[in-house]
Amino acid sequence: MNRRVVITGMGWVTPLGHDLDGVWKRLLAGESGVAPTTIFDARTFPTQFAAEVKDFDLRSFLGPHYEQHRACSRNVGFGLAAAEMAWRHAGLNGRPDVAPEMVGVYLGGGEGPIDFDNFVAAAIGGWDPVKRELDARRWAEIAAARLTAAREFEQDPNSAACHIACRFNAQGPNFNTLTACAASTQALGEAATLIRRGDADVMISGGAHSMIHPLGVTGFNRLTALSTRNDSCLTASRPFDRTRDGFVLGEGAGILILEELECARRRGARILAEITGYGSTADAFRVTDMHEDGRGATGAMQGAMTDAGVGPRDIDYISAHGTGTAENDKVETLAIRKVFGEHASHVPVSSVKSMLGHLIAGAGAVELITCVLAIRDQILPPTTNYQEPDPNCDLDYVPNQARPAKVRTCLSNSFGFGGQNDTLIVRAFE
Amino acid sequence: MNGRRVVISGLGPVTPIGIGAPAFWDALLEARSGIRRLQAFDPMRFESQVGGEIPSLSVADYVHKGYRKAAKIMARDIVLAVAAAHQAVSDAGLRTRCLLERGEAEGGFPVDSTRFGANIGAGLICADLPELAEALYGASEEGRFSFARWGNEAMNNLTPLWLLKFLPNMLACHVTIVHDAQGPSNTITCGEASSHLAIGEGYRTVARGAADVCICGGAESKTNPMALLRQMLGQRLSRRNDAPEKACRPFAADRDGTVVSEGGGLVILEALEHAQRRGARIYGELVGFGAAQDAYSAAQPSDPHPEGRGVALAVRKALDDAGIPPQRVDMVATAACGLVAHDRAEAVGLRGVLGDGTAATRAMNVKAALGNNGAGSGAIDFIAAVLAVYHGAIPPAFNSSPLDPACDLNVVTAGPVDAGMEYALSTAYALGGGQNAALVIRRFRG
Repeated sequence: MNRRVVITGMGWVTPLGHDLDGVWKRLLAGESGVAPTTIFDARTFPTQFAAEVKDFDLRSFLGPHYEQHRACSRNVGFGLAAAEMAWRHAGLNGRPDVAPEMVGVYLGGGEGPIDFDNFVAAAIGGWDPVKRELDARRWAEIAAARLTAAREFEQDPNSAACHIACRFNAQGPNFNTLTACAASTQALGEAATLIRRGDADVMISGGAHSMIHPLGVTGFNRLTALSTRNDSCLTASRPFDRTRDGFVLGEGAGILILEELECARRRGARILAEITGYGSTADAFRVTDMHEDGRGATGAMQGAMTDAGVGPRDIDYISAHGTGTAENDKVETLAIRKVFGEHASHVPVSSVKSMLGHLIAGAGAVELITCVLAIRDQILPPTTNYQEPDPNCDLDYVPNQARPAKVRTCLSNSFGFGGQNDTLIVRAFE
Repeated sequence: MNGRRVVISGLGPVTPIGIGAPAFWDALLEARSGIRRLQAFDPMRFESQVGGEIPSLSVADYVHKGYRKAAKIMARDIVLAVAAAHQAVSDAGLRTRCLLERGEAEGGFPVDSTRFGANIGAGLICADLPELAEALYGASEEGRFSFARWGNEAMNNLTPLWLLKFLPNMLACHVTIVHDAQGPSNTITCGEASSHLAIGEGYRTVARGAADVCICGGAESKTNPMALLRQMLGQRLSRRNDAPEKACRPFAADRDGTVVSEGGGLVILEALEHAQRRGARIYGELVGFGAAQDAYSAAQPSDPHPEGRGVALAVRKALDDAGIPPQRVDMVATAACGLVAHDRAEAVGLRGVLGDGTAATRAMNVKAALGNNGAGSGAIDFIAAVLAVYHGAIPPAFNSSPLDPACDLNVVTAGPVDAGMEYALSTAYALGGGQNAALVIRRFRG
């Protein structure tokens, strides 16, 4: 009576392009999506580069539907385009053979970029430098004249889930989770549970985010979480390498169509893979650091493996959270060692963040797509920019070269600021 | 709903009319309003100048000593959640790290941390405007922002942990740290529907056995200049500045918008056998959850479906989940907060489900006293509904008379009225974004 959850469609908008197979080829070739920042003038910021989405035109994805969504913010546009791709990939386009009430959306969508110029004009104009306080009257006058309802509400984190639901008439359960860098992995795991328990037959799930804006980069720079390798930004994202100095901020979206197996079979859908396990934990340790023993990360992986009914020897590949910060990569390695024991050295682990940067809320979904493609093509994407081994990171990171491999079951990790840990297990469909 | 039975064993409301279940319930029965002229800043140049604030809320009262310094990195929304968690956990008689260290855990039951989950609704947390404005001003040249000055120096005026104050998942992170909840953890960000979705998901988590106890709900503060301005731009606010206590008039014929507020609520959901084993007080049983989306207008995401399609679908799903027909619902705790179109859509949607039984089903609404805080409003509504079922009484919607004929529900506008209930329904929907959710509460009978 257990309802099985399969993946029938995938789409993404990434710093390496916007088509499923093109991006995959570039990942296997070890290309980098990182370049000097163009979205704003970052020339004096500690970090002056990012993995931006390039040449993105929402209209080309949405066609006649574009008018309804033209006011959407950057992150929402990425989400819509990826959803459009996934929906078509799943063969759902123009086939309303699933009841709208049974089609839901569960996104890990980030907030939209603020209306920076207008926000800043109001903030500066409203600040009283003599009294050193905000003059709320002056601020309100400027802000009311410059900010608009549409731009403001488009920043709400539930906006992408709304746009996607409207585009595909998805009247079923509609959620957005925002557990920082773990969000889209969490969304996919929760969406799968929702289908399992019968609350929906089809879920449009994944994430979309862009924090490549002045205050986003400021926030991460103040945390010293970003790489500052401005002179060699192409190779700045170095997960698990001894010389890693922080993550590289990326942007984009990954959307997958999850479907109840019988529903997919009934409509003759092509089944790409099956989601068999999901685990979620909280470190409950510190806001700033991961638990040094990888307590929460270990729990999430174990929870997902128990859910899937698999052991360490069943996992053929781990898509790491692998951000390239000193702490994450060390703790994640430790956690993998704890969960996999002696077998840990035999499980290939890689981080596509070395090429795509960190899509924050969107990262996990993009990484799950790479797992499905690894299963499809029997090849593992590399961890690029890996030059110097770190004694604290002593696993097989598939360094620099894609590797043909027998891939049946993959485990994908995402860990968020504040200690939210999520793991998914995806398996070849049999 | 298959799986384990789930009960509500702790309530932690943090509201402008009272903190903690007893104070909150008393205020509701006395029809006390929490809406005043805004004090936190000068609201003179805003069209709406009233709201529901919670004065003198101090983190130190709700965390253990070693955690007090973390207050520096808590936005107001987080403080509200941390306070609500303390209230909920204490009310449930649980013994957590925080209560133990505060010396408040006597007789409390030690929860297994790995079986203790969290699912907390949060809003788009507004930056602390004075803090950010001062820093941005430092980057200005002749009144204009200079990227060069910002990057070179002014950004360093923000505290290193600045970003962490405003991440929506920090409500759950601080709460899980303070009470050592290491189980499944989630943060839902769907506007006013967030709390219900979080409670519904927490319910599922406990029902399927992934946790024994889950702390769920939501919190948000909209009583700051940025949030007030956004609501104002969205034309969601009442202009009744001369009569704050009368400003928020859900379902009333002369309603003209809502008022901003701050607050939140967390509840303890618990597997029935777990609660019974430890002899917990049981407020009620959670027996149904439904979620749906209006999918109405991407171009105007703040417009509700005129027939309340999403509300109706969420309610139908929740009733199906509970396995009861609409006629069994004794009371519906409504989400309406005084908006012309949204209140009507909710009423029409509910009528569509309740049909001939609409007149026999009492409708409760507590927003007149509380206004709208966003992600925490649903949890407060839900707590009020649970207390109504538990105490067998419905507090009055004291600003709702005369009712708008287009909102033709059996709203309890005077009272409180005594009302024995078996099933109550609680609804929620995002004012923008189209998310809807409904929960079904059943009087606990063992």
